[in-house]
Order: sequence, then C-alpha cells, then structure tokens
Amino acid sequence: MGEVIVITSGKGGVGKTTTTANIGTGLATMGYKVVLVDTDIGLRNLDVVLGLENRIVYDIVDVTKGNCKLRQALIKDKRFEGLHLLPAAQTKDKTAVSPEEMKALCAELKRDFDYVIIDCPAGIEQGFKNAIAGAEKAIVVTTPEVSAVRDADRIIGLLEAAELYQPKLIINRLRPKMVKRGDMMSIEDIIDILAVELIGVVPEDEYIVVSTNRGEPAILDPNSRAGQAYRNIARRITGEEVPFLNLEEEEGFMSKLKKIIGLSR
Amino acid sequence: MLDFLLKIFGRDTESSKNVAKERLRLVLVHDRTSVSPQILEALKEDLIKVISDYMEIDEDALEVTFDRSEKSVALVASIPIKKVKRTAAVSKTVS
Repeated sequence: MGEVIVITSGKGGVGKTTTTANIGTGLATMGYKVVLVDTDIGLRNLDVVLGLENRIVYDIVDVTKGNCKLRQALIKDKRFEGLHLLPAAQTKDKTAVSPEEMKALCAELKRDFDYVIIDCPAGIEQGFKNAIAGAEKAIVVTTPEVSAVRDADRIIGLLEAAELYQPKLIINRLRPKMVKRGDMMSIEDIIDILAVELIGVVPEDEYIVVSTNRGEPAILDPNSRAGQAYRNIARRITGEEVPFLNLEEEEGFMSKLKKIIGLSR
Repeated sequence: MLDFLLKIFGRDTESSKNVAKERLRLVLVHDRTSVSPQILEALKEDLIKVISDYMEIDEDALEVTFDRSEKSVALVASIPIKKVKRTAAVSKTVS
C-alpha cells in the first residue's frame, strides 16, 4: 500500500508543479513506483514541466467518468523506470471531478504505487478540495514573501480542518544573500510564523528555468543547487534523515578570492 | 531621494525583512481570528465559567469580539453583571 501526498500552497506561482515534478522524479530514481496526479483541471502544466505533453491520450476526467481504464490514462515516463503521470483535463473545469471521485481514484492508485503525489491547483475552492480529498499527508510550498506565507498559513488551517494534520513545509526560492543582508525573511522567521515542520529549503536557482524549458526536472542535474535540495526532500519523504543544505556556502568567485587573501571573513 | 540618502549613510535601520515579519504577524492575527468562530465560542464558555465564580452574569448578553485597528488586534468582551458575589472570591483565594 502506497502513500498519498498532496503538494499545495494556496498562492499560485510558488512552485507547486516544479516541486511535484522534481520530488516525483527523485523518488522514481530511488527505485520507487510513483504516480504524479495533476488536479489543475483547465490549467494543466505538470505534463509540460515533465516533458510528457505529447503523449497524452486520456486524462483524469476520462478516468473518473469511465471513458477509459485507469491504466490507459497513465503515461509511463520512458526516461525513469517507475515514474507515471495522470494528466489533468485541459478543456473542462474544476467541477468535472468530485471529492468522492478523487478519494476513489487515490485509493485505487495507492494499491499499485509506492507514492501517489498530487499536484494541487492554486486557490482554496473546488480544485483544492478535490486535490486534498484522497490525501493522507500534505506538503505546503511557500516562498519567503508576505503574500505566499500568508496564503500558506490559511492553507495549513484549511488542511487541519480537513484532518490533514501536521503538514510539512517547503520554503522555495530562498536567496541566501538577501537573507544575510536582512532583506528577505529567513527560514527561522517563516517557521516561527507558520509553526510547522520543515521538510526542505530550495534555493533560488536559474537552472530551474532552463530545466523547465527542456522538460527535464532539475533534480537530474548534479550541479543544480535546487536539484540537490529536491533530492534531499525526496529522501526525507522516504523517512531518511538528511541534514539541511548549508545555503551560506553559495558564493561567487570574488568573495572566495577575498576570503583567501584575507580581505573578508 | 531621502530614502536613498538614508540607505547610503546606513541610517535605514529597519531591515525590510523585519517589516515583512511584523506585517505578516499582524495580518495573520486578523486572518486566524476571522476563520475560527468555534474558538470564539469556546473562549466565551471558558470566560463564563471563570467569571461565574466571582459574579453572576447575563450569559445571553455576553459579547466577545475582536477590535481591529491598523496596528493591533484587541479582544473586547462585554459582560453584563447581574450580581456580585461577596464571598466566592475570598473563599477561593483562601482555599
């Protein structure tokens, strides 16, 4: 029996889909059988982020309405053994699926997969309710901005009202240099405000744009710092204890040189 | 222009992250109080329990609200008293 985890945030554009794609790919490369479910009906994107957009035949609505068998709609990623995608429908809206249908779908998926990871749409309406209906655990993604943290707080409240207690937090797009000069909230600041357990911090990384352009998750690049952070998150999801990355290390050539010749500490 | 000069001379004491944190703290007090009428109800019941040890109050007319101003949020309780007990408070502190 697998585990159903929903990736949510409230606010849009904080990196739910990128997070879903990377964690899913990470778990698959670790040898787990993973299915990623895109519940953003009408605004599907997980398929393009994963580079699987050309292989969609059926979608989640086809499955819940019985137009096809579940396994017909699942897209098997040829690059990674064990990674599958159940795409969202693009021409319908969020009401095309009900929470009950999602519950049944998740129950069916977790019989065959080790991890069922649900990419939740932004907002707190029907799409959110559908996405969390069949979930057993939740991961909340936020960025170090007032708007994103506020929405994360609201989402944590709504998750707890839906009996999804103790969600884990991912802080995305942290810029260590800005934190250092006091122009960005730090990890501690955000944890202090939201009072939830941290499962990972992903530093801002230009490579995310490149990897999304190509449809290849950043987790595959050994040089991407965001990829490294996602690899660690995937390992933590499996229960492994992984120390957090030291983000202070991020330095340019000049500051390293200054350090060597003793101009700065 | 003034901001710019202050920055140059390092007089811009309040870092923007502290501004963010403080604004968030306030806005979340607002948000959290508005989503939980159950908590307000529970608080009312507890208030009645505690105050009833000392005085007789009009439970139906009891009002608990949040008074929101720009800089702070206050809990305001209006509790009409029917009768003040003379002995209860004393006996309680003694025992």
